[in-house]
Amino acid sequence: MNEGFFFQAFVYLTAAVVSVPLAKRLGLGSVLGYLIAGAVIGPFVLGLVGEEGQDVMHFAEFGVVMMLFLVGLELRPSLLWRLRGSIMGMGGLQVGLSTLALGGVALGVGLDWRAALAVGLTLALSSTAIVLQSLNEKGLMKTEAGASCFAVLLFQDIAVIPMLAVLPLLAVAAATTGDGGHGHGSLISALPGWQQALIVMALIGAIIGAGKLLVRPIFRFIAETRLREVFTAAALLLVIGIALAMQQVGLSPALGTFVAGVVLAESEYRHELESDIEPFKGLLLGLFFIAVGASIDFHLLQEQPALILGLVGILALVKLLVLLAVGKIFKMPISQNFMFSFALAQGGEFAFVLFSFAASNNVLGPDIVQPLVVVVALSMALTPLIMIVNEKLIQPRFATSEPEREADAIDEENAVIIAGFGRFGHVVGRLLKANGVGTTVLDLDPEQIDTLRRFGLKVFYGDAGRPDLLHAAGAENARLLLLAIDDPERANQIAQEVRHHYPNLRILARAQSLQHSYELLHIGVDEVFRETFDSALDMGAEALKALGFRAYQAQRAASTFKRHERQSLRELYQLWETRSDYMEQARERSSELERLMNTDERDFGDSTDHSWEAASPVEKEE
Amino acid sequence: MLESVRHLEGVRVNDLYEEYPDFNIDIRREQALLLEHEIIVWQHPLYWYSSPALLKEWQDLVLEHGFAYGHEGTALKGKQVLSALTSGGSREAYSGEGYNRFTIRQFLAPFEQTARLCGMEYLPPYVAHGMHLHPDEGVMEACGAEYRTLLEALRDNRSNWRDLGSQSYLNDLLDPSRGESST
Repeated sequence: MNEGFFFQAFVYLTAAVVSVPLAKRLGLGSVLGYLIAGAVIGPFVLGLVGEEGQDVMHFAEFGVVMMLFLVGLELRPSLLWRLRGSIMGMGGLQVGLSTLALGGVALGVGLDWRAALAVGLTLALSSTAIVLQSLNEKGLMKTEAGASCFAVLLFQDIAVIPMLAVLPLLAVAAATTGDGGHGHGSLISALPGWQQALIVMALIGAIIGAGKLLVRPIFRFIAETRLREVFTAAALLLVIGIALAMQQVGLSPALGTFVAGVVLAESEYRHELESDIEPFKGLLLGLFFIAVGASIDFHLLQEQPALILGLVGILALVKLLVLLAVGKIFKMPISQNFMFSFALAQGGEFAFVLFSFAASNNVLGPDIVQPLVVVVALSMALTPLIMIVNEKLIQPRFATSEPEREADAIDEENAVIIAGFGRFGHVVGRLLKANGVGTTVLDLDPEQIDTLRRFGLKVFYGDAGRPDLLHAAGAENARLLLLAIDDPERANQIAQEVRHHYPNLRILARAQSLQHSYELLHIGVDEVFRETFDSALDMGAEALKALGFRAYQAQRAASTFKRHERQSLRELYQLWETRSDYMEQARERSSELERLMNTDERDFGDSTDHSWEAASPVEKEE
Repeated sequence: MLESVRHLEGVRVNDLYEEYPDFNIDIRREQALLLEHEIIVWQHPLYWYSSPALLKEWQDLVLEHGFAYGHEGTALKGKQVLSALTSGGSREAYSGEGYNRFTIRQFLAPFEQTARLCGMEYLPPYVAHGMHLHPDEGVMEACGAEYRTLLEALRDNRSNWRDLGSQSYLNDLLDPSRGESST
């Protein structure tokens, strides 16, 4: 590592750490914070970052790839299938209409029709990174507008592939550049079209097949080592591997990892993968936004402010109108339509790729590309602002008219999280399942998970002590956490974590012993259950019956004993908390127990009072 | 008293407190038992002028709408029901002038009407009085024998007992002559 690297890292991190919390505090959202940070450290303000900003951007684009992977993980195939109408319909319509409208504008200002088409296609794309990140941050992904945005963005990501294929054909001077075909220099670009298509299909098929058949046993094998970092490494390897493979055949890496994400959305490792990839995605995406901010050419803006800003305005306005029309055609409620349209009214990061590609293929001249790149970057930077405008000025007008949609946000999260699904947890889980209560189960034993999943339970691999995993499992919206793992130390840690991060989540915990019960109560667990107590009690009651007690009497004795025990546990806990003369108090307690058992005998022992007991089938031994 | 009929042929003893100490009555099992038998005996001590809690719970749960009563509830039609009680007080105490101010039949009105509503014939109750007054073995055994005879007679459906409805106690049949069951 050279000093330059550390200095760079220092600059980027400082910019992020300073500006993002500030932007958040000001209600601008993290994306805008990153963009501003990028602009500030960029070559046109402080000049701390120079030309290498472009390289950083390429590197950071990987954040987008990871984001799509995570989005895929959230999206089960069935859900994706349900969205197919909006993806093809809305997405297709949006790209088509925007291309025509924006291309028309370009034609109007005197561009050649081929150049105009290239500009239209490129500008029709919106920014997946900015839109999804902003929507996620605002918790809007599960609204109708959020889902529609996602559908359109997904279509755009797919549309990039044919666009890359079509652009060279639009070259004004016939494509003569040696580079030809795909600017990514893909391995298969030399092959004829049908073979390329075949290879692409085979690759996607391989991703789906491997995701279904290979990944689970491999992750299971890795999980069995119980080494967290190896699992994280494997998760990263998976994403990078797929991205690499996709690039080799000239496909969008984001699309490939998205497919992989969808395939793995049903797997038990989903939550764990999510929480492993999430921090990397977050950092890289942040880096990406900073790079976008840094790449804004303020010189150009200074020289031709009217032109650039005018173009930004036209771009945003045209896209906005097209989107509103698309929303209208798909009968979106008006407030959702506005949210949808405002969110997508910008240029996207793919525009940078497509513009440079178009330039290198002589489709567009640098005099056109350079200002347009600035326009796209500015429009991206303005998106968070535009969304705020929508939120503050436009949405309030609809506030009363449609309050329906919100409930969707918790649709796939369960009210109960069970941590540990071994001998103890599975009884609890089965009882809940038998009574129609959905549970999200977290467990660390791959074998156990396999078995349970065969029976159709939603079991996920992961350590419940990790805040990010709890978050992924929906702890915010859950009502109960059932802590049923068998390691008391670990249970205490988890209880502590959960208490800290989710003070309102009710915790019921399995306790190994009295001592452990006290510890859990001390941490703030709501209820404790000694793991062997009830079976011991059952055995005791059964013993009473075997000795000739009437079943009802044995049952009452056991219940009374249990009630007494639960009361004294609380009292003993109070004593334990104060630690004063604990041993002595405990002795006192056991003689009190004797007294209670005596009163049991007094209350239930005199069977002549109970005629049906007098006729006991067994001779009672007094 | 239960012991005296426990092993009687054709009689099935279903001891609710033994079967369901947690009060969690298996409704399907109980209904199946009802369907298998022709005569149902509710045998219980008279607690506070009624049955112990579990028998009431049994009625509430087992005699469901659609099974025991209601438009579709004809499963029990034509069966006979007998209340067989043990009571601390004497027969004299259960009269308008007596200590308890009402007769046993009056106290049993809910049971009688329950049976009626289910389309069952409610037999005069068998009552073993004075269990508290004479705790010595002799009385118990005598009652047990009497009860056994009655259940046998009911089981064998002796025809001279067709005027049961007119009796206030089933016991009274035994005096001029003698009487049957199952649960």
